[in-house]
Amino acid sequence: MIIKKAQAGSLESSDCLVTVEPADAYSMSYSGQNEAIFKRRTERLALEIATRLSVCAHISIQDQGALDVTLRARIETALERAAGDEGVRA
Amino acid sequence: MKMIKNSLGRLVPDEIPGVGKFEPYVSPFAYLDRKLTSPAKSAYPIHPQPPRRDKVTSDIRQAIERSGLEDGMTISFHHHLRGGDAVIPLILRALSDMGFKGLTLAPSSLPDSHDFVADYMRSGLVTRLFSSGARGEVGRAISNGEIEIPVVLRSHGGRARAIEQGDISIDVAFLGAPACDKWGNMTGSAGRSACGSMGYAQLDARHARHVIAVTDNLMDYPLRPRISIPQYLVDQVLLADSIGDPAKIATGAVKISRNPVDLKTARNAFDLLDASGLMVNGCSFQVGAGGASLAVAAYVKDYMKENKIKGSFGLGGMSGYMVEMLEEGYFEAMLDVQSFDKSVTDSMTRNPNHIEIDASCYANPFNKGCVAHNLDMVILAALDIDTDFNVNVQTGHDGVLRGAIGGHPDTAAGAKLAVIVAPSFRGGVPTIKERVMTVCTPGETVDAFVTERGICINPRREDLRRRARDAGLPVKDIRELKAEVEALTGVPDDPEVDESRVVAVVENRDGTLLDSVYKVV
Amino acid sequence: MSDTKSARPACRSMLYMPGNNPSMLQHVVAFGADSVLLDLEDAVSEREKDAARCLVRHFVKDVDFGKIIVTVRVNGADTPYFERDLKEIIPSRPAAVRVPKCHSPEDVTLADRLISEIERANDIPLGSVKIHAMIETAHGIEHAYDIAVSSPRLEALTLGGQDLTADLGVQKTRGGVEFLYARGRIVMAAKAAGLAAFDTVWTDLNDMEGLKNEATLAVQIGFTGKAAIHPSQVDIIHEAYRPDRKELRRAFRIVYAAEAAEREGKGVIAVDGRMVDGPIVTRAFNLINLARLYGIEKEDDLA
Repeated sequence: MIIKKAQAGSLESSDCLVTVEPADAYSMSYSGQNEAIFKRRTERLALEIATRLSVCAHISIQDQGALDVTLRARIETALERAAGDEGVRA
Repeated sequence: MKMIKNSLGRLVPDEIPGVGKFEPYVSPFAYLDRKLTSPAKSAYPIHPQPPRRDKVTSDIRQAIERSGLEDGMTISFHHHLRGGDAVIPLILRALSDMGFKGLTLAPSSLPDSHDFVADYMRSGLVTRLFSSGARGEVGRAISNGEIEIPVVLRSHGGRARAIEQGDISIDVAFLGAPACDKWGNMTGSAGRSACGSMGYAQLDARHARHVIAVTDNLMDYPLRPRISIPQYLVDQVLLADSIGDPAKIATGAVKISRNPVDLKTARNAFDLLDASGLMVNGCSFQVGAGGASLAVAAYVKDYMKENKIKGSFGLGGMSGYMVEMLEEGYFEAMLDVQSFDKSVTDSMTRNPNHIEIDASCYANPFNKGCVAHNLDMVILAALDIDTDFNVNVQTGHDGVLRGAIGGHPDTAAGAKLAVIVAPSFRGGVPTIKERVMTVCTPGETVDAFVTERGICINPRREDLRRRARDAGLPVKDIRELKAEVEALTGVPDDPEVDESRVVAVVENRDGTLLDSVYKVV
Repeated sequence: MSDTKSARPACRSMLYMPGNNPSMLQHVVAFGADSVLLDLEDAVSEREKDAARCLVRHFVKDVDFGKIIVTVRVNGADTPYFERDLKEIIPSRPAAVRVPKCHSPEDVTLADRLISEIERANDIPLGSVKIHAMIETAHGIEHAYDIAVSSPRLEALTLGGQDLTADLGVQKTRGGVEFLYARGRIVMAAKAAGLAAFDTVWTDLNDMEGLKNEATLAVQIGFTGKAAIHPSQVDIIHEAYRPDRKELRRAFRIVYAAEAAEREGKGVIAVDGRMVDGPIVTRAFNLINLARLYGIEKEDDLA
């Protein structure tokens, strides 16, 4: 369960900064230098994680050229940080 | 504007209104079949002069008025002063103040810093642009469709051809001169704004109907010991307060990258040169000054030292590192069309084997033999490359113009071995595309693409592939490497463009069209 | 050419990569190291332990590292991160985890027990993920052999030089005299237990000559590999391990003889008229494995 605002990652090159906020419905926003070509990929990837973990939250991603694997890890960490002690799925 | 498909499967216009008709690209050397010859009497600009006419003026309006410039004519500049150039802003402001309209701007290239040119294109001072590239605000304005007439982008060799063949007909050339005497003898090797070679300017001086030297450094007559452009080609000498910012003209020595990805790429590229068998006594070599390129030169130097090899010549944009190789005896000569850093600017004065060559001599495919055509090895960078080895150095992955073609397609076509170096992915974006957005150098002229993750060899070069494999090099099929990288990065979408609106065309060195650049959405 | 069972893949270099740094992690395959060590310990600040753990887990699980041996350095058993690190990292199946600060056999057996539980819970064959025990205290050095034989999961002992200087109250010197005993002790214990032995890092990135000397020393003492903290160190370490040509020629002759003996069903191997024992044959195989990494596949390549 997402109970607070939290961040993970950074604005270093090849990383991304993911911000998660509690929300009534899932939504996401994506910005960065690769917006024109990676918007759809990133939306797909974030939705997949949110669905798998049954998360309702607003996820915002500032991409500095992160790989798929980095995006996944940062989203997961942000969700975990934003969740209560009982975990993301609780 | 009718669009036709060229041999690369790219749609290109058959005509650009206000510019002229164009043929589609066929193949790198299809021009040889056209059996082109000069007209019986070639038109060389003449301008009879009385004896002892004083050419110097410090009145910019007067100089422009005397040049006979009219609305709709073509003006040119060189880009040897790079980011420090103050000549283009000085002249364009004066032309704008004087109310000129509809000019064609045909510089050898536009420096990164010249965002203001976009405003003059919007204001109508400049309505046509012919350049080697368009960056920053200028690139954005063009890509956004703000400029009505599509821009024609040419390589350095292609521009030289276009000028000598008359496709670009320069009315007035404004040539920044770091050192100049009162009769217009100029050089780039001296003065506070020294830039080294003036290879691109030499061509304009020869062919423009009216030539104005713009200098902040009037030297005692006759200019000595070097003259890059002689007085008989120069109509006027315009004395200005400053032609540029020295700190941005000749930057500090370009350093060899310490980035481990660049170094690994360079190592792989060097290993391929080694395997090719071309690194022997009397070899010739060109390398850019960026990222991995210069690191390749360092490996080449070590190899030459260890194996006691002496090359014939180094070519192209000269960096301090190449000049160092000349001075230390690894090459007999350096042929310099453009100098990159401070350590190079006065080298030609000191060293007779550092030779200034003009743009036509460098890369024009239609003269009687350009140096690019007897080059052995060239190392070139790329924004991206496709599985047919077509290279894009012009549009970014958002589809916006952001680079310059330079001598890329000229040296790739001319060299025995053309190696493209780039990281396998950059900023999370894979370098290998199914289809590059803009073809600047046709894949038929590229022999290999080298990254930190391996070496891809053009299937047209089975001999090279065999040599590389025999040497135990990490050879990978380009599609295989593409898949390997996309497993990490994901597959990017193509940026959205409006294919009904051509904003620029890329001309092959022979004048045919390689590709179109479209308005971004 | 076949390997013998006791010959292990050559692992000359182990490149440290900070666990929370995607810009480095994403280029691991380009750096040319035989193995990488994705670090969750010293290279990661307390605040980012969770993020690094998650990032490393994803990289190990999802990224194809080719031939590179992937290991992860977890935080020590004396930290609150130890168990969580193992719990999240083991299921992604790195080749090994490096357990820091091994003072005594109990540090290894604790890790072994936890890893076994995790392997069982995740249907991973028991013993899949190896342990590299990092010894970085005087107490650990003195118990090196006991540590080396404490678990079948152990694959290597490694010397942790930076903490050891602190524990010894000495300065790190360029020649490394302060580690002579520690190095000898670790190599001896590892070899006695049939493990690999990895030398500590060279920290001065500007002193390549010093690294070269230290890597040569490590080879001479008997370390099977050396850790690196920067990609630029990898080639220098590999150069130190380049097999001697004369020795390699002999190794090829031994291996040919061993293969011939096996074909002919002979129990005794003779080379140049002299009998050769098992350990020498094993060493010959190891040497030839190593030579492959330098592009030497057969005796002719030495010409």
